Amino acid sequence: MKENLYKYILGIADNSLILGQRMGALTGHGPSLETDIACTNISLDLFGQVRSYYQYAAKIAGDGRTEDDIAMLRKEREYVNVLLVEQPDTDFAYTMARQFLFDVYHFMFLTELQKSKDLTLAAIATKSIKEVSYHKRFSSDWIKRLGDGTELSNQKMQNAIDNLWTYTDELFHQTEADKAMVKDGIGVDVTKLKEGYYKQVIEVLEEATLNIPESKYFQKGGKEGIHTEHMGYLLSDLQYMQRAYPNMEW
Amino acid sequence: MSEEQIKNLEAQFEERIARDEKIEPKDWMPEKYRQTHIRQMSQHAHSEIVGMLPEGNWITRAPSLRRKVALLAKVQDEAGHGLYLYSATETLGVSRDELYEQLHSGKAKYSSIFNYPTVTWADMGAIGWLVDGAAIINQVPLCSTSFGPYARAMVRVCKEESFHQRQGYEIMIKLANGTPEQKAMAQDALNRWWWPSLMMLGPTDAESIHTEQSMKWKLKRKSNDELRQQFIDQTVPQADLIGLTIPDPDLKWNEERQSYDFGDINWDEFWQVVKGHGPCNKERMKARVGAWERGEWVRDAAMAYAEKQQERREKQAV
Ligand SMILES: [Fe+2]
Ligand SMILES: [Fe+2]
Ligand SMILES: [Fe+2]
Repeated sequence: MKENLYKYILGIADNSLILGQRMGALTGHGPSLETDIACTNISLDLFGQVRSYYQYAAKIAGDGRTEDDIAMLRKEREYVNVLLVEQPDTDFAYTMARQFLFDVYHFMFLTELQKSKDLTLAAIATKSIKEVSYHKRFSSDWIKRLGDGTELSNQKMQNAIDNLWTYTDELFHQTEADKAMVKDGIGVDVTKLKEGYYKQVIEVLEEATLNIPESKYFQKGGKEGIHTEHMGYLLSDLQYMQRAYPNMEW
Repeated sequence: MSEEQIKNLEAQFEERIARDEKIEPKDWMPEKYRQTHIRQMSQHAHSEIVGMLPEGNWITRAPSLRRKVALLAKVQDEAGHGLYLYSATETLGVSRDELYEQLHSGKAKYSSIFNYPTVTWADMGAIGWLVDGAAIINQVPLCSTSFGPYARAMVRVCKEESFHQRQGYEIMIKLANGTPEQKAMAQDALNRWWWPSLMMLGPTDAESIHTEQSMKWKLKRKSNDELRQQFIDQTVPQADLIGLTIPDPDLKWNEERQSYDFGDINWDEFWQVVKGHGPCNKERMKARVGAWERGEWVRDAAMAYAEKQQERREKQAV
């Protein structure tokens, strides 16, 4: 099997899986019916993407594993999503800040992935980018609304951005598989996205009257399978049925 | 207006309905018609929104990606139903905030079925199959109800509900044909949801109020007992088909009536839940009120931002 390609696909898909899982959990608990529907929609889009990626990964693995086995039956150390997407929904500001900080990256990433020599990945990117452009607009709008809303909402949004900032740098970290895929013209060189990313993010934060965090201390580890303490609980829910009732069809 | 004039208007109004004309929000309507519709439509909207909670409970734990996506989409549809129904109710001159206030204070009711817990994955199947199934039986007649916005909302809602019903039944088929453990899970869910689903069609005719007026306004076409019989007759063969047993020892085909006879419904349980003492009434309200309260600062911020934007636009225009 093409080991690096398989790993590379998981690196993309796991982000959408874990963020989709987080957003899905909010269904029915949103601050208004309209935002509730929008958050569920984001979750639905992400899971749709996840299915395309894992179906492709299952084909490459070629060992009889299905999309669900890949999504739900790995050990925590085998999930390679970035730490950002697994962060909890402390409040709606965190939810939107997490979404925004990921969406800006996600959009840039998919824009490049459309040019991949791997036609399946390029096709998934092209299909997904329309959805992600909507996510980005939605989350950017909320950054502005909350940043430039009331004093309280400004405080809360500032707090969320300050606390999640530490997870942004990891988006541009490369694993060995990433590097190999970039070399083959399949993967996206994320190091080249970094400057543009911070530029876009800062533009929105400034418009939202938020301060740009100054901290230069960043966290990473997710891409190597070393997660925050939140991850185990998230996976317990995600994997519950597959673990409790193994080898069944649903 | 004199009493005479009002009587005339009322007579004309009733004639319009009898002729199957739709009543639109701007038309004159008797106050009682308005109030009855606000009550019934908002109750329906609340049911959609509270109904998101028991199923939402399984989104993070759905057994496969395909099922997770389908469940998310289903619960999202219910939110959409709530949205159209609140909007349709607002045309009668009441705001969504007021309606929420009625729900949160316990003044407004919602369908009691959502006060039962969802304890296994099979409950997602049973709810779609039975609860959406019973909802359709309640709601199809409303597609031709007299109040235009309600009728139109119901046409769209019913289409989606029948999709939900099939999706739920499909979950049950899969479980019923699965391992013994899966089949037992399906049977257990049917056992728990069957009677509450029958109760969902409303108290027995002898105890049901406002039926006559509702018939005239086409808010009701058949009695609760007729609807219940229709639901049973439709559902029993579906259970048979997948080898599940309806948990009613008195259930028997009646050749003469060409319908199923069925056992006594525990109406004490029904009234207990309606009065707020079901297994999850408190949890459901806590979840709704909690979401509303936690969302307050968000809604305030959105409002403040919109005002600022408006001011900026006005300044620019000057
Ligand atoms: Fe519905
Ligand atoms: Fe409904
Ligand atoms: Fe439904």
